[in-house]
Amino acid sequence: MAKGTKKTRTVKKKAAAATTATAASRAAPRTAYVNARLIDPASGLDAPGSLLSEDGLIADFGSGLFADGAPENAETIDCRGRVLAPGLVDMRVRLRDPGHEHREATVSAAAGGITTIIVLPDTDPVIDSVALVEFIGRRAGEAGLINIYPMAALTQGLEGKEITEMGLMSEAGAVAFGDGVSSIDDSLVMRRALSYASSFGLLIVQRPEDNSLASDGVMNEGEIATRLGLAGIPNAAETICLERDIRLLELTGGRYHASLLSTADSVDVVRRAKARGLNVTCDTAPPYFALNEIAVGDYRTFARLSPPLRCEEDRRAVVEGIEDGTIDAIVSDHAPHHQDSKRQPFAQAESGAVGLETLLAVALDLTRESSLSLSGMLGKVTCVPADILGLDIGRLRKGAAADLVIFDADAPWKIDADQLLSKSKNTPFDGKLAQGRVVRSVISGHIVFHASDLDT
Amino acid sequence: MTAATPKIRFPHRHLLGIEGLSPDEISELLDLSESHVEQNRQTDKKRTTLRGRTCINLFFENSTRTRTSFELAGKRLGADVINMSVSTSSIKKGETLIDTAMTLNAMHPDVLVVRHPDSGAVQLLSEKVNCAVINGGDGRHEHPTQALLDALTIRRRKGKLSGLCVAICGDIMHSRVARSNIRLLSIMGARVRVVAPPTLLPAEIGRFGVETFHHMKEGLKDCDIVMMLRLQLERMNGSFVPSVREYFRFYGLDYAKLKVAKPDALIMHPGPMNRGVEIDGELADDIDRSVIREQVEMGVAVRMACLETLTGALPQSGGKT
Repeated sequence: MAKGTKKTRTVKKKAAAATTATAASRAAPRTAYVNARLIDPASGLDAPGSLLSEDGLIADFGSGLFADGAPENAETIDCRGRVLAPGLVDMRVRLRDPGHEHREATVSAAAGGITTIIVLPDTDPVIDSVALVEFIGRRAGEAGLINIYPMAALTQGLEGKEITEMGLMSEAGAVAFGDGVSSIDDSLVMRRALSYASSFGLLIVQRPEDNSLASDGVMNEGEIATRLGLAGIPNAAETICLERDIRLLELTGGRYHASLLSTADSVDVVRRAKARGLNVTCDTAPPYFALNEIAVGDYRTFARLSPPLRCEEDRRAVVEGIEDGTIDAIVSDHAPHHQDSKRQPFAQAESGAVGLETLLAVALDLTRESSLSLSGMLGKVTCVPADILGLDIGRLRKGAAADLVIFDADAPWKIDADQLLSKSKNTPFDGKLAQGRVVRSVISGHIVFHASDLDT
Repeated sequence: MTAATPKIRFPHRHLLGIEGLSPDEISELLDLSESHVEQNRQTDKKRTTLRGRTCINLFFENSTRTRTSFELAGKRLGADVINMSVSTSSIKKGETLIDTAMTLNAMHPDVLVVRHPDSGAVQLLSEKVNCAVINGGDGRHEHPTQALLDALTIRRRKGKLSGLCVAICGDIMHSRVARSNIRLLSIMGARVRVVAPPTLLPAEIGRFGVETFHHMKEGLKDCDIVMMLRLQLERMNGSFVPSVREYFRFYGLDYAKLKVAKPDALIMHPGPMNRGVEIDGELADDIDRSVIREQVEMGVAVRMACLETLTGALPQSGGKT
């Protein structure tokens, strides 16, 4: 590659950051959060302390703050020693209808401690034009509660053939580009997409899968699939596509993010690419580090996911990848499905699971089952995805929006699909015993979720 | 400078490209071209230096301006000019190209001007004939007379080529005009930049000695010449760039992007232009900035000089600039 300009264009994000019409129009209260365990993964802060929010922003925080007692002219919230951290940033949320499902998703997200979500372009209509990117921004604002940014399609109509107006959509507020659930099959298209995006410094997100290899597979290829008589998807479907993309990235330069790594080989491919100094990042979702293909059990359609749940060795490799930093971020891959689309023969059921409300609880398991610290785990759902997306969020910083989560890292509960706030109940974690619950979620200084039973 | 000693020492039988030409050879071609500029502005434009000679314009690819320019150049020098357009769609290319060359060669032409959609085709043809061959554009390879006419246009306006900063913008990947211009301008000591989205830049273009830019505002900064290239319609709809709208927004030349260039920077375009795609229509017509029509005028003069030089027939009274 000829090198003339290394500088990437800083694209101004116009207004897709849509904090709630309701919340923004209401004056945010002055609130003192006292007696908290402050964790800021970006700076490594993990200490007892307090935080003051004012006008929707973080006014001050630290161990010494309010040492002489809480201020009188502010509402005081006693955190009871629980964790106070930046609100979660979820890079991967699927919504069908770019307008209607936003409110439902925002309620679920708030209950999960998530204050910012990135919505995939796989909506009807597809987010592949400037007008739709702007529309998402507007509708997100109307839906209120949390911050929503659109990921825009990389190819027109998600057809994998013609690249979209990335430059213009980026100016309109798209924070990343990818074809969502589908992956780009044509190597030439992928090369040109990476190449074109590189000059704007745009992030390309791909959920790698070789479509011809995956074919009509519905679960992990292997003994269980054979016993159940279901068509399998080999690990190689993911690895081949991922490896190809990384080879292309070497040609073109630019920024590439692989989403939903599920196999040991994929983790290895990314690990080696990073060692070669390539600008690669990746994420995975709770099902891939907390479950394996056994969860499919007796044709449980809630465990039909894309990529499919893999075998135990892959799951362990994914955990290792998270531990050693190969896997940068953890996403919910939230995909609500109506009951009817899951109450089907396994092969005909839609793939995907809801995940907003269980993201934090399941991810907290990592701090107990691996060497990952609480702060290290939180980084993967706050500042790291924010950095990948180029958004100045996901950290405790004076003057930043007071988007916060307060959670009890130990509170035990049983995940019950029926108790989820989400209208869709398709979680593969139904019945799981979890440890760690969100007590409050705060957006721009407003409490948008409160589990009042934990205050007693 | 006397009639007895040929002014041009041009040790090449053909003009297949800019590559391989020396700075002196280029300068002398431009000097000779200069002498024809005034002549072409007179009422009587006809000379007899090529009387009795036969030029054949053999075009395997559509062309209006280049073919017309060569035809006029030949006729103004008194040569007999024949135009042949050959469709390449229905025939096997390699076989027919050589057959055609042998057939034409048997008619004893003095100069063949050849345009062909395949890179290298003109050279292949030149190996099979006894006459001089001028490359009128081959594939993505070279278009030497375009580079010469661009150089003449620049030299007349700026008085020199050496030391100028020239930004060539747009579809570099598919452009023979860009390749010939990069070669010529570099040989003559100009600083050349290429400005394009990475999808329209060929691999290792930096090895041509150019500076590469992906953003117009950086690439045009303080340059003396902005040379825009044509972007073919079929390359704008999602394959190389997403859309006409996006291309114009980021890579189309307009007054706003031109601001960062030198105040007296000139705008060039080899034509035909796509107004509103690679260049703003109003800017293209701005006589203070655009020398696009002058390029066409210089084309005839340059081609006259090339025909004369290759046939060894020089004007009686040397072309003094």
